[in-house]
Amino acid sequence: MEFNINSPVLYGIVGVIILFVLAQSVFFLVRSYKHGVEIGMDKKTLNKTILRSAVFTVAPAIAILVGIVALSQKLGVPLPWLRLSVIGSLSYEMVASGIVEAITSVDTYVTIALVMTVGMTVSMFLPSIIGKKIQTGMVSMKHKDPKWSELFMTALFMGMISAFLGYVFGDVADGAQGFIPVCVFFTSAVAMALCGLLLKVTKWKWINDYALPVSMVVGMISAIPFSAWLC
Amino acid sequence: MKKNLLNAYEEKTHFYGRIWSIAAALFIIAYPFVCMILYGAKLQGEIFLAGIGVVAMYWAVSVVETFTYSPMLGAGGMYLGFVTGNLSNLKVPCALNCMEQANVKSGTEEGEVISTISTAVSSIVTTLIIVIGVVAIAALTPILENPALKPAFDQILPALFGAMAVVYISKNWKISVLPCVLMLIVFIVSSFLNAGNPNYSPNSLVGIMVPVGVIVTIFSSRMMYKKGWLGDKES
Repeated sequence: MEFNINSPVLYGIVGVIILFVLAQSVFFLVRSYKHGVEIGMDKKTLNKTILRSAVFTVAPAIAILVGIVALSQKLGVPLPWLRLSVIGSLSYEMVASGIVEAITSVDTYVTIALVMTVGMTVSMFLPSIIGKKIQTGMVSMKHKDPKWSELFMTALFMGMISAFLGYVFGDVADGAQGFIPVCVFFTSAVAMALCGLLLKVTKWKWINDYALPVSMVVGMISAIPFSAWLC
Repeated sequence: MKKNLLNAYEEKTHFYGRIWSIAAALFIIAYPFVCMILYGAKLQGEIFLAGIGVVAMYWAVSVVETFTYSPMLGAGGMYLGFVTGNLSNLKVPCALNCMEQANVKSGTEEGEVISTISTAVSSIVTTLIIVIGVVAIAALTPILENPALKPAFDQILPALFGAMAVVYISKNWKISVLPCVLMLIVFIVSSFLNAGNPNYSPNSLVGIMVPVGVIVTIFSSRMMYKKGWLGDKES
């Protein structure tokens, strides 16, 4: 069979894998929705969660699509489509694909595909091995000291957010250009604060549903004039 | 005998989660091997070894991510999130936002339901958007690669975490101060130390700094909690 990085056969294989992972998502969605109803959660809350998640996902998903377009020039469409629809992340796939200048043969293609796969094996299997132990540990902590258990979860979130707060300052030594992420970060933060203020003044509860995605998009759009100004 | 702390639903979530995740992993792993068989391709040892040297760092990142993100996502969200990827830039913030909006706590039964629903919906929507994008890639490429729009797509993480930071820092300012100041110092200092270094990127540093931030926050929160600065310790 003649090899082509955009061969219909590769699209077919990737399509089957993505369909399987899609089925997993649908299975867990239906199962958790049913369980939510069983334990007395309001259907309105569950439906709103579906809507919020969908709205929240649009902008990051388009950014992922941009990543696929960028990678497709080197690797064709099927491989980046697979890697960024399931398991992967753009930064990792960029690093892994950067090992070669170009795909010169099918041998290079499968080697890069295997490197990408091997790098993510821990992510694929470790949660299945230790996930239950982690959850048991969390439940045990909750039984022993509920207040500390709640603080522990908050500390996890804050640890992650603090790292990304630092991250936006990670290029400040590059001059004005390095301050673009900082400006975007604060624009998005101000937009979120204004949404909160508007909610308080008007009592329009729907603002709460869209505050985060709207603030995120405002931040992203602000990057365009900031880049023009600072680059 | 050791007491089982998980309820029947949680037990079954782990059972189904493991089956689905391992099956999905085998599908994903099969891709390069199926290509090898179909096209009679051979592995290029030199490139492969060079690649392993580069990606080995991600094994450590994956271990740390498993310990950090699993408690946040709960069982269902964890199994789904680690198969569908894009955790820090999409699945985890999405789940945290939905739990916050639904007024449920992570680690509770309600939190587990909301986190799983949000992770599943986020995965489905991402897949559908990407499918549309792949089908219409020729038409969309000029738009998505438009130099005028590029800065917007490059800044998704600052935009996302700027909005999230306002919510979480304002609600938890006492435990935020130390990790935030520490991370600012680390990233600003490393930016100056690596100025002009083409191999430096805050993207690679943040993967290592998330667990550092988490450990510092847990440790400092524990100290403040013991001193009674964060409310009374329950017996």
